Amino acid sequence: MSTQIPETESESEELAQSTEPEHQQRRMAEKRERRAEREAEAEADAAAYDETIHLKVFRYDPEVEGKKEPRFDDFHVPFKQGMTVLDALMQARDLFDSSLTFRHSCRQAICGSDAMFVNGKQRLCCKTQISDLSEPVRVEPLPHQEVVKDLVVDMEHFYDQMESVEPYFQTNDLPAGEEQRQTRENREKVKMSTRCIWCGACMSSCNIAAGDNEYLGPAALNKAYRFAMDEREGEDMKQHRLQIIEQEHGVWRCQTQFSCTNVCPKDIPLTEHIQELKREAVKNNLKFW
Amino acid sequence: MHEHDVIVVGAGGAGLRAAVAAHEEGADVAMVTKLHPVRSHTGAAEGGINAALREGDSWESHAYDTMKGSDFLGDAPAIETLCQTSPDEVIQLEHWGMPFSREEDGRVSQRPFGGLSFPRTTYAGAETGHHLLHTMYEQVVKRGITVYDEWYVSRLAVTDHDDPEDRTCHGVVAIDIQSGRVEGFKANNGVIIATGGPGQAFDHTTNAVSCTGDGPAMAYRAGVPLEDMEFIQFHPTTLPSTGVLISEGVRGEGGILYNANGERLMFEYGYANNDGELASRDVVARAELTEVNEGRGIEDEYVHLDMRHLGDERIIDRLENILHLAADFEGVDGLERPMPVKPGQHYAMGGIETDENGQTCISGLYAAGECACVSVHGANRLGGNALPELIVYGARAGRHAAGKDLGEAQIQTGPSAKSEDGDIGSPVPLGAVDTPDEDVAADGAAVDVETVISKAVEAENARIERLMTKDEGLQHAEIRHKLQKAMTRNVNVFRTEDGLKQALRDIREAREAYEDVYVADPSRTFNTDLIHTIETQNLIDVAETITAGALARTEFRGAHWRAEHQERKDDEWIKHTLMAWNDGSPELYYKPVILEGEEKTYEPKVRSY
Repeated sequence: MSTQIPETESESEELAQSTEPEHQQRRMAEKRERRAEREAEAEADAAAYDETIHLKVFRYDPEVEGKKEPRFDDFHVPFKQGMTVLDALMQARDLFDSSLTFRHSCRQAICGSDAMFVNGKQRLCCKTQISDLSEPVRVEPLPHQEVVKDLVVDMEHFYDQMESVEPYFQTNDLPAGEEQRQTRENREKVKMSTRCIWCGACMSSCNIAAGDNEYLGPAALNKAYRFAMDEREGEDMKQHRLQIIEQEHGVWRCQTQFSCTNVCPKDIPLTEHIQELKREAVKNNLKFW
Repeated sequence: MHEHDVIVVGAGGAGLRAAVAAHEEGADVAMVTKLHPVRSHTGAAEGGINAALREGDSWESHAYDTMKGSDFLGDAPAIETLCQTSPDEVIQLEHWGMPFSREEDGRVSQRPFGGLSFPRTTYAGAETGHHLLHTMYEQVVKRGITVYDEWYVSRLAVTDHDDPEDRTCHGVVAIDIQSGRVEGFKANNGVIIATGGPGQAFDHTTNAVSCTGDGPAMAYRAGVPLEDMEFIQFHPTTLPSTGVLISEGVRGEGGILYNANGERLMFEYGYANNDGELASRDVVARAELTEVNEGRGIEDEYVHLDMRHLGDERIIDRLENILHLAADFEGVDGLERPMPVKPGQHYAMGGIETDENGQTCISGLYAAGECACVSVHGANRLGGNALPELIVYGARAGRHAAGKDLGEAQIQTGPSAKSEDGDIGSPVPLGAVDTPDEDVAADGAAVDVETVISKAVEAENARIERLMTKDEGLQHAEIRHKLQKAMTRNVNVFRTEDGLKQALRDIREAREAYEDVYVADPSRTFNTDLIHTIETQNLIDVAETITAGALARTEFRGAHWRAEHQERKDDEWIKHTLMAWNDGSPELYYKPVILEGEEKTYEPKVRSY
């Protein structure tokens, strides 16, 4: 039922041709045996539950025989009411295959570690209920990003784009010894934009970003919005920020497909924010005043 | 080998603040962190940051509330430093752009919180930690501070002197998670540990999966005593199925706790006749569990937290994040129904023993944040006091490590601070089973810098090699789950002598099982199996210090409740518990609590809310 490294002919061939020393091969064989035992135990455990959930999980490891070519593994994990995709992945890892690799930390949709491609959509695994999905639940790494291993993608490019928009508060005008004033209305205006958790779901869903590596992308533009619209920075800084985002690979690349808005786990109106930046940029360039 | 002036281990609130402070003093700083900084669990803090900012409030009042909350086990110099500095640090955060919630006049808003005599908790919705974390990381980006992202520090590089107080920390050893490479990091001035809480030692916790007590365990094995580890905070309002935190802000804004009979339990049964739901956290957690134990819990497990009467507008304005959490993780609409809540492990009051400057007894080794114990929180932390601790003590540790003179510390550290020996009365042996190469410090009598680091790298490589080449054995997950269950069963809100002894037996069993642990994943690439296996070792060490301290402390103080000892014994127990590793043979001893502040001495009083 729960398969891991299927005992296929191609694999035995691979082993036969493998240049690895004999004891290495023996170890692998023993490991497979032990894994089979563990799986049998886990299946017995699973049988105690009313039902199991069927996961199809993307696997890849550049340095492990049998995983160098990407493949999908099937896992059948015991289902409990209220279970999330992250819970299911952790079960699969802890019960069946400890080499199953994915990022996760807080379990409550704030750290942004576990954005993945679940049943064809970018989602945070920890806040996605299994009961809302059709089976088998297909879990893949975020598209358009290089896969490091299994479900882990390289986030470097995402971070680079985020950090290219000067993502930090800048002002030359600070009151001594007390806070700056900010109206409730203004905080409300930037509130949604400040909720970004850098999970990368939006960037991964964006067709433009997929075809244009230099495009700043929805997350970085939203970060720019967060500061450009914050009244505490002042008008000069706002002009500076608009110059950053109206560059060739900035806001004008956005074609308002709304895919970023659709997948954002924090419900940030990303497309709307980008359009607002476009309007500000136009006003800025026309200079009627 | 990498080389920097100051190396910060961990990039949550305390680590980021320490890095910025050290950088501002002109040091070359690097952060080494197993998670990208914005993934840190500081981001999950919800409630707020206590700071005496307004007319009618004072740092003295904040300090008194904190001392009372600590059940007179906090050290006055640490508490007073926190309360004096917190306002400036909050203003600093605002100047760095943190989007605090605002009053009508545009000033930073403050709300009431548990155990506070004044509404002094500044906040940013119900997601204060998220904004603090991101604001701090923005400052690190702005300054171009080096971040080794997804590097797991697994060992400290410390000289091999007999007396921990003669030792020096010269750097750390870290595993590049992405490639599996093990490398040494040399710190010319100091290493600051800021690795967060040990919540994963428990089964039902608000803490992230990454909160595995790495810092305390490494410091402990290097010879730094762990202080007051028995004091674990159980937050009164966590979601029953997952342990996800429901902020104290809900009660701060006026939320009410009801039992299964619909009674307002805090008043109905006299748990807190003045402050009700806004009593201190330990009081509220015990009240809820007492209700459940006496048959007035809902489904024999939890109570209800109701905020509907606050009105949709106020809830959405100030507590919106709570609505999302209740809906996503418990399927409850907080606007329509009360939320199910029960106590869950939340915070460690204890940790790595430090003084007010963040220094441990080992030269060049600092700690700040939840992993450290100054001690600000004593036997019980007040809500809203963790975030100011991160920024106040993160900044102090950073400055001191970078060479700034912060004046003489009043708090004594290390074995020389001992005032009396303790007796654990453990039914099983404690400490190392038999792992000669697991000693962090004792790496072959090394004292010169380069050798200390290369020896530590060698030792780490040997450990990894051993775990990876082992053909069979136990998986860490099995050991970890058993440990978590044992801790939640017997080292919880209510503690008994038999239960604590059983927990020590279970921990011993985990330790012995760990001798047989192996890493099944053969890959060097992003091997989380390996990382989690090393973390599990840290959890075992930390769990043992928590339980041993709890068994030795035969009184009821703050969060530490003992069935057989139902009173606070001030004559005997106003003292800090210290546990030292001593190369694998743990020793428990005590040192005095400092109740003398700058201008007054804090007199222990009966704590009522």
